Amino acid sequence: MNSDPFEPTIIGFTCNWCSYRAADLAGTARMKYAPNVRLIRLMCSGRLDPTFVLRALSNGADGVMITGCHPGECHYIEQNYKALRRYLLLKRVLQGLGIEPARVKLVWASAAEGAKFVAEINAFVEEIRKLGPLSWGKDEGGKLKDEEGNERSSFTTYSSPFEEVPA
Amino acid sequence: MNKYLFYPGCSMEASAKAYMESIRAILESLDLQLEEIEDWNCCGATEYLGINLIPAYALIARNLALAMKQMNAANGTGGTHTIVTPCSACYLNLAKADYYMQERPVLGEKVNEALKAGGLHYKPGALDVRHLLDILVYDVGLETIRSKVVRPLKGLRVAPYMGCMLPRPDYKHRWSDHEHPTELNDLLRVLGADVVEYPLTTNCCGGHMTQIGPETAFELIHRLIVDADARGAHLMATVCPMCQLNIDAYQDEMNHYFGTDYHMPILFFTQLMGLAFGKEPDELGIGVELVSSRNALAKIGVEVPITQEPAGPRKKAEGLPMPRRLSRHEEGKEAMK
Amino acid sequence: MTEKKQERVGVYVCHCGTNIAGMVDVEELAKWSAEKLGHQGVVIARDYKFMCSSLGQELIEKDIRELGLTRVVVAACSPHLHEKTFRTAAQKAGLNPYLVELASIREQVSWVHTDRVVATEKAKAVVAGAVSRVIENEPLEEIKVPINPNTLIVGGGIAGIQAALEIANAGFHVYLVEREPSIGGHMAQFDKTFPTLDCAACILTPRMVEVGTHPNITLLTWSEVVNVSGYVGNFNVTIKKKARFINEELCTGCGVCEEKCPKKVIDEVFEAGIGYRKAVYIPFAQAVPKFPVIDKENCTYFIKGTCKACEKFCPTGAIDFKQEDQLINIEVGNIILATGYDLFDARRVSNYGYGRFPNVFTSLEFERLSNAAGPTNGNIVLRDGKTVPKSVGIIHCVGSRDRNFNNYCSVICCMQSLKFAHLVHERTGATVYNFYIDMRTASKAYDEFYQRVLEEGTLFVRGKVAEVTDVARDEHEKGKLIIQVEDTLIGKQRRIPVDMVILSVGLQPRHDAKEVGRLFGISCSTDGWFTEKHPKLDPVATMTEGIFIAGCAQGPKDIPSSVAQGAAAAARVLDKILQKEVALEPIKASVDQKKCSGCRICNGLCPFNAISYIADDNISYINPALCQGCGTCVAACPSGAISGTGFSDAQILAQIDGLLLRTLEVEQATA
Repeated sequence: MNSDPFEPTIIGFTCNWCSYRAADLAGTARMKYAPNVRLIRLMCSGRLDPTFVLRALSNGADGVMITGCHPGECHYIEQNYKALRRYLLLKRVLQGLGIEPARVKLVWASAAEGAKFVAEINAFVEEIRKLGPLSWGKDEGGKLKDEEGNERSSFTTYSSPFEEVPA
Repeated sequence: MNKYLFYPGCSMEASAKAYMESIRAILESLDLQLEEIEDWNCCGATEYLGINLIPAYALIARNLALAMKQMNAANGTGGTHTIVTPCSACYLNLAKADYYMQERPVLGEKVNEALKAGGLHYKPGALDVRHLLDILVYDVGLETIRSKVVRPLKGLRVAPYMGCMLPRPDYKHRWSDHEHPTELNDLLRVLGADVVEYPLTTNCCGGHMTQIGPETAFELIHRLIVDADARGAHLMATVCPMCQLNIDAYQDEMNHYFGTDYHMPILFFTQLMGLAFGKEPDELGIGVELVSSRNALAKIGVEVPITQEPAGPRKKAEGLPMPRRLSRHEEGKEAMK
Repeated sequence: MTEKKQERVGVYVCHCGTNIAGMVDVEELAKWSAEKLGHQGVVIARDYKFMCSSLGQELIEKDIRELGLTRVVVAACSPHLHEKTFRTAAQKAGLNPYLVELASIREQVSWVHTDRVVATEKAKAVVAGAVSRVIENEPLEEIKVPINPNTLIVGGGIAGIQAALEIANAGFHVYLVEREPSIGGHMAQFDKTFPTLDCAACILTPRMVEVGTHPNITLLTWSEVVNVSGYVGNFNVTIKKKARFINEELCTGCGVCEEKCPKKVIDEVFEAGIGYRKAVYIPFAQAVPKFPVIDKENCTYFIKGTCKACEKFCPTGAIDFKQEDQLINIEVGNIILATGYDLFDARRVSNYGYGRFPNVFTSLEFERLSNAAGPTNGNIVLRDGKTVPKSVGIIHCVGSRDRNFNNYCSVICCMQSLKFAHLVHERTGATVYNFYIDMRTASKAYDEFYQRVLEEGTLFVRGKVAEVTDVARDEHEKGKLIIQVEDTLIGKQRRIPVDMVILSVGLQPRHDAKEVGRLFGISCSTDGWFTEKHPKLDPVATMTEGIFIAGCAQGPKDIPSSVAQGAAAAARVLDKILQKEVALEPIKASVDQKKCSGCRICNGLCPFNAISYIADDNISYINPALCQGCGTCVAACPSGAISGTGFSDAQILAQIDGLLLRTLEVEQATA
């Protein structure tokens, strides 16, 4: 493992109307990109709750890419601007949490920009590779630990901040 | 009191001394204060950028860096971040350096690396680079200027010549139009002058082509003067030392080249402002121009002192005679043979 | 999470021939899913050659019935392709269609990666994500709303006229709203239409009359829409009917008022600024409706308080100076926006001298000049009103295809310029120059027209004109307008002196297109044209259900295309009307009243005005019919009171966890 280059895991949030279609287009055109990215479809980048990003980072992702329609082209008129605002705030929060803000990136990609989408993914994978793994909460063995230092087997111990806390 | 950082540029100390004198003469009436940048250097004028980019930009940016230093030192005591220059080439160079250092961070870094050798640094965008005309029209305002006019230039037909370097490329959208800007026309009109419609206002005067390809420059100067004359202008007004120099100093040669006999004086707009404000010609550097404005200014009852002997017939050159340049007229004849 | 729900999930991995199987080990993927995702509730995982085939679908249906599956994951292509297929299959087997999730392992895995092992690993993660997510899916029902059969059409140009007639002829009621005093739009101003040279008025006016007299059309000219609320099928629209100062009940359209009116003003609208009209006027002879309008700004009575010449002479007493603006409320089911275009302001290209030189004309000015009903009765003359030009230069692409102004091609200018060239040639015998960048004559019979104009002797110069100037350089340029251009075919600068210059100005979005878009809840492209739902496959629908667009409001186009779009939009509306009700995607946000604190943070976030605040209960409420399902409010709610169906927090968080499960698993295995 040590000799291999670090392969980051990246979660990508896509907008149903533009960037998800750009990903489809990249596929249809058989463009190749780094396999490190796993995409999640939202209806709009405005749906992106910053919690999603934090959840991804805390559960093993090394970077998160948020993609949306170009300014002025939002399917829902202007919700991508709201995504932009949240993104800028989120970067400050990340800094406060001791996470490199560069681990989260916002990219505009229209449905026609398959090539741009691919280029952005490839570039982002390299940026995260340079930053190295986000290995918080793990001991040297790579096992997850909770706040008390107890080993945690999987992600299921996390709960949504909105779910009621079991007594 | 409007206070600005001031970059005069080399011409102001030599060929355009009259420009500087006239600026000084009108400052007080307009309640303007220009604070000269200390230890400024040449901006590189029009050619150097074509030779070597980094040193050229460093040359320009040194002035910006000095200005910024001066601005920071004065901050808190009514410091300004506007740097004003009366020369179009200087204006373009300063604005260009500021713009591209911001636009191309790598260039900005390299330029700052060079500046570091002199212990200087310029943060692109820190200064607002503006031309004197811009300040007068948009900061001082036409109404203020109108209120200072005591000797309207009524009856003086002026061709407003803005030159090519001022309105283009307009990085910060300062001018009303890039081909047919109206600022100079408006200003001259406020002075009471009869402003002639002058569509060549942003055409090139030939720049340094007078040195490297005089025929081209003569052609360009010819166009400008012919049209100004055809529209009945008594004189041309300019905002640029280079334009003034070319049209004034090379008019004689141009006439010779085309076999024409034009006599089109060209003055700086600040000289005309000075006249309108009631200043006397000798306070404004009027009379040192080669194509005398004497006849033109007589229309508004201003007597221009004779400060130098009229050019008179050309002196015979010493040594062996040189072959004469072919005029266009003769060139045609040659071809006919 | 999984334990508490006890869902029974089926995973179906598609080979897609070799499209997926060529790069992903599909058998391994299915096997892994069954083994490793068993604790999540996966009870069966199969792979099959073509899942979307009827046999593949039957396989899923059979498992739903026999194994009692409560959730289905299909690992195949993009949901945009076959989501509907598999949802329908599930529905056939009695499973709510929204309990099916697609994992895109073709577009996102096999087609874009090159290493079989890595691709299979990623496919596992994608499937794990889909499984985690589908467990959180909730059964949803499509929302059905009734459709009001009335239609509002905004804009009475040729596109709006066509749409109105199509719908009215099908037997449904149409409200046609037009801002100007008469319908007809730009087409009414034209002289001839390319390439057939039909007289524009001859083909347009019968349609205008039909609109004016149609029993199913309520025509509201000199009116503007001021408010729109509601949603598809049930729009509530407020229209401001501006005061005409004419009693329409009494007016016969005789025109005596116009004749007697002493005040003459320049007609900036219909005559494009080169003709005059009176202060009380009917914009043109064939106007529909035939009622005049009193222009309050210029009417002597309104300015000085005396005159009333029109009132004195009106034989029916129809002049009513006391008339006021009127607000009309209507209810409609669908709306078509056919608001047209504005012309590019030629003065912005100052080097072409429009506004400085009298004999530089815009294309619309020339249309009026050459129109037999125009200010010169169709005589093509210079601005002095009498001199016939001996040479004319027509400049294409003014303001179009230019980085300083509009980047796009305005589509009609090439053909329009060719038409001008033909008309000038035919009526004056002048030498005509066309200055073009590229000649674009791509439509039926267009290029033939170009050939014809070529043969007539029009001179074509390929190059972008640098400037139009009156600064002569020699004798034969004196007194002319000189067109300076680089002729790119011979590689030379040319100066061509002419008597008249026509600027073929481009088309621009209406100056208020953005506000109109906001009013109707639709968006504009970067250039400012209304955005269609799909540029190729859905050109007249918009992202807002029930709002359609037609004609130049959507982008520059010629008359045939505008008519086609008008008819297309009408067909789409009729389709909706005949369905009587409309099914809305159940992807909606809703507020949990118990959790809502009434903070109103969400209120300002919705661009569709779906969220309202109910003061009595101190809660916010989301109208499901207005909600488009973007989810922005869901993400914003600080108390987690808003949830969005189809894309709930639980679903997305579960998918994130699922996608990362495989990462953890590998890390733990190698540790």
